[in-house]
Amino acid sequence: MNANETHGTFVGDTWVIARRGLLHMRRQPEMLADATIQPIMFVLLFAFVFGGAIHVPGGGSYREFLMGGIFAQTIVFGAFGVAISLAQDRKSGAIDRFRSLPIRRSSVLAGHAVASLLKALLPLVLMSIAGLAVGWRIHGGVLKAVGAYGVMIAFSFAVIWIGVLLGSIIPTPEGVQGVGFVVIFPLTFVASTFVPVTTLPTGLRQFAEWNPVTALAGALRKLFENPGAAAPAHAPWSLVHPVLYTLLWGIGIVAVCAPAAIRSYQASITR
Amino acid sequence: MPTENAIDAWGLVKRYGSKLALDGVDLDVARGSVCGLLGPNGAGKTTAVRILTTLTTPDAGTARIAGHDLASDPAAVRRSIGLAAQDATVDGLLTGRENLVMIGELHHIGRRRAKERASELLDQFSLTDAGDRVCKDYSGGMRRRLDLAATLIAEPEVLFLDEPTAGLDPRARNELWDVLDGLVAAGVTILLTTQYLEEADRLADDIFVVDRGRVIARGDARSLKRQIGGDQLHVVCKNVDDLPTTAGIVERISGAAATIDRAARSVTAPTDRGAAALAVLGGELADGGIGVDDLGLRQPTLEDVFLTLTGARPEAEDPQAVAGAATKAGR
Repeated sequence: MNANETHGTFVGDTWVIARRGLLHMRRQPEMLADATIQPIMFVLLFAFVFGGAIHVPGGGSYREFLMGGIFAQTIVFGAFGVAISLAQDRKSGAIDRFRSLPIRRSSVLAGHAVASLLKALLPLVLMSIAGLAVGWRIHGGVLKAVGAYGVMIAFSFAVIWIGVLLGSIIPTPEGVQGVGFVVIFPLTFVASTFVPVTTLPTGLRQFAEWNPVTALAGALRKLFENPGAAAPAHAPWSLVHPVLYTLLWGIGIVAVCAPAAIRSYQASITR
Repeated sequence: MPTENAIDAWGLVKRYGSKLALDGVDLDVARGSVCGLLGPNGAGKTTAVRILTTLTTPDAGTARIAGHDLASDPAAVRRSIGLAAQDATVDGLLTGRENLVMIGELHHIGRRRAKERASELLDQFSLTDAGDRVCKDYSGGMRRRLDLAATLIAEPEVLFLDEPTAGLDPRARNELWDVLDGLVAAGVTILLTTQYLEEADRLADDIFVVDRGRVIARGDARSLKRQIGGDQLHVVCKNVDDLPTTAGIVERISGAAATIDRAARSVTAPTDRGAAALAVLGGELADGGIGVDDLGLRQPTLEDVFLTLTGARPEAEDPQAVAGAATKAGR
């Protein structure tokens, strides 16, 4: 029974803590709004406001071009949520309570990560519906579509570990907001999220070409066979192979951030 | 059942930067007893609790909790204990019942058993009606009771309560004390920390007085009070000019030196004759025609304990805590 309690129940403990995270989302109207209204609003705003102004290279509808970018941005913003809820748990003393329980300490982080991944699914579904309503279509067939959603979920999982790392390093929810805004916001805008990278000035363009957010948006456009998927002539490797480049980023992020997050989390609480 | 103590600690030392939070603390708490760590803010009480509950590792020293070594088997320690931290860490977005079930599941008692225990505990702590409401709407007293219930869900051998009544109004505090009485009757070992002698007196069999990271006195409430002189006669005069005369009368009756506080217009002196001395004092003051605003027997306060034991005022980091203790003592 002892061995069972320390090892066999890691998955069970993770799930108990993940369920708590899901209840938190359900009971915080502002968080629920972030996950539901915001993605729908973004689709509608960009589709109707920018829709006429931006020309997609190779032709095609901007609304269809837009969807890959908006999916990518929403996924990257997911890092915020987990970082903030971890910081809140530290502030409220919930982390100390968990640490006094006979569970593996990493199951707390894993529980937060799983809850965030499940929370990330809701906006993806809603955005897909909103996109279909404004004229976005999946042209690539079932297999590629499944691949596209698979890439989104995999990259969500990776990004969540960035959030866990942020939440472990930065002690307050307010601090997380500040740092997240300065780091994550530019990352999602200096990319092919809303405009083709060819329209950017040289320095920004080079950054955008290698930016993983560009890669993710490009991978989704490619798999959904949406406009803007083809790489321009003389494009760097990252634009030619967006799916592979995205997955490499995902693996790299998890390989670096997960161990670093666990280590800094342990260090930050063992005072 | 082993004859070992529920808690044994030897030479606990903890340093935060240049500050020595614990400076060689030994503790022994018998099974089924209630032990109080009494001291001002910053004395090291919370640090001791954090070490004994595996939240912090000591820089030196060892401890055994419920027969398990803190350093070599922290997992077994965590299985045997319940901890209620200083600010009740109930989850505000979960209902009372959900909080209890979650902690039970994380203690691996099984979901079904956790639900049964949750219902029992809500009942026991008079929270059944509120059990399905979200905890952020609970009063301070309800949060404390729920926090305590959560520590009990897996029927721990040893309970750690860090200032269990801090921030509660007198009524909620009394309710919590009654709940703790019930636990003690059921045979749970409890280590609690408090800033109030009154609370330690009411709850603890054995009190460790802690100051600046060291245990400076130990004993039951009665022996500690005897050490510091027991009850005190306390008179507040209407007129400052009457203070010297009053002091003379008080000293004659108590047989000890009286303390005069001009600002409070009060005279205080220790007595071991209690109410009898008070009756004599009342009569003599009336005979002497001295106008009196207040007259009574005062319990020694935490401040008195520290004055006597250390010859200095308690060194509190938080001036509000001292103010709080003083106000409370004044009541």
